[in-house]
Amino acid sequence: MSEAATEKAVDAAIEESAIKMRGTDVSVFYGEKQALFDVNLDVRKNSVTALIGPSGCGKSTFLRCLNRMNDTIDICRVNGEVTLDGENIYAPMIDVVELRARVGMVFQKPNPFPKSIYENIVYGPRIHGQVSTRAEMDEVVERSLIKAGLFNEVKDRLQEPGTGLSGGQQQRLCIARAIAVSPEVILMDEPCSALDPIATAKVEELIDELRVNYTIVIVTHSMQQAARVSQRTAMFHLGYLVEEGDTDKMFTNPDNKLTQDYITGRFG
Amino acid sequence: MPEAHTVTSYDDDLRFLTRRLSEMGGIAERMVADAVAALVNADTGSAQRVISEDLLLDNGEREIYDKAVLVIAKRQPMASDLREIIGSIRIASDLERVGDLGKNIAKRVIAVHTMAQPRKLVRGLEHLAELALTQLKEVLDAFATRSPDLANSIRERDEEIDAIYTSLFRELLTYMMEDPRNITACTHLLFCAKNIERIGDHATNIAETVYYVATGEQLAAERPKDDDTATMVAPAPGSD
Repeated sequence: MSEAATEKAVDAAIEESAIKMRGTDVSVFYGEKQALFDVNLDVRKNSVTALIGPSGCGKSTFLRCLNRMNDTIDICRVNGEVTLDGENIYAPMIDVVELRARVGMVFQKPNPFPKSIYENIVYGPRIHGQVSTRAEMDEVVERSLIKAGLFNEVKDRLQEPGTGLSGGQQQRLCIARAIAVSPEVILMDEPCSALDPIATAKVEELIDELRVNYTIVIVTHSMQQAARVSQRTAMFHLGYLVEEGDTDKMFTNPDNKLTQDYITGRFG
Repeated sequence: MPEAHTVTSYDDDLRFLTRRLSEMGGIAERMVADAVAALVNADTGSAQRVISEDLLLDNGEREIYDKAVLVIAKRQPMASDLREIIGSIRIASDLERVGDLGKNIAKRVIAVHTMAQPRKLVRGLEHLAELALTQLKEVLDAFATRSPDLANSIRERDEEIDAIYTSLFRELLTYMMEDPRNITACTHLLFCAKNIERIGDHATNIAETVYYVATGEQLAAERPKDDDTATMVAPAPGSD
């Protein structure tokens, strides 16, 4: 191989290794209705990828393909391939429970279990067999809460119910719970839509910090939030991926007219 | 302008900026033309009027700043809208500066009118001003139509103004050396020439802004330069 060709191959390999998840020709059907059409999208390691688009565009559907949350819907069928570190997560031998430990999820509305703060966090690591002794559990609770930026606010009331926290604190508890099982990817489906601006800012700050250790995919209806927290943005419309690229470019000079119209508020 | 926003008052906001800028452009053009005419005709009354008009541009710029800041705060503009608003702020500054330069020419009319104005000196200046005014007019057209091609061609033409300015500079130096009594008038005319050349530069700035607003891309930083006056020296008397 010539030197230039070698260099090219090395570059390609580096680029490849920067990809954490990859969707190839992903189509999703709910019964007869097709919700996603041949989506090809890479999720880069240690970065935040924002999925944007009007309601019903397929962004949440795509997000839910990444940890097979769509499996929980009976009439849902997924075609194409989704890989995590190059491995097809829809392959028959994949353990979905283990997959969801590697690809965690945070939902729109904070949904802590009706248990103590402490229990909310140790639940996952315990069922995955990651912790067993009291000391291990204490450690994972403290570490997760610190990472989620919540520890100082709740350290004296770990035995109180998680549902007693404020909305913003509950959402950060849910993020702490997602982190507790040491996932590699965190999926967030409009994590701030039920939060006030201060709680939103805290969660956004957290997302920025988490990026160092995790790969994050976030669905958001707030253009400003997508512009603030993500490095890559993907725009969906009517089940198609319209445009994908650097966030900085997408929000200042997008290539596609649909993206332009959507982000500037000229849609439909 | 592209199609309408879902929120129609957003379009009203953007239209306000565009309309106000066109008005400022018109005033700036008129001020420069009148100031140069006043210089040529030694018309101090007209010069006085130009001086008082500068206030309109100052107010226009301030109004555009206020509106732009408000729109950014209220609408959180993105992409082409954001470029449009940032562009408006920049263009308003350039036009305000053009007004200042016109006003400065007008002030010099009053300073030099008592002296016998060497006609031949003023003629060169008139030509320079014509070119700068054409640039200004066309760049305002480029802004009105958001035409990147027109904007680009305007920028290319600034070279011509620089070249004429350089030769005018040389000419004025010669007159000063010929007869020291020319020095006061020539110095003022030199500043006037410099002002006009600067007006051309502001037209170029606006052209660059229009290009960016329209395309989202910046023109290359380097552009043709033909102004050598920064390094020009007059030969010492008796040196030849």
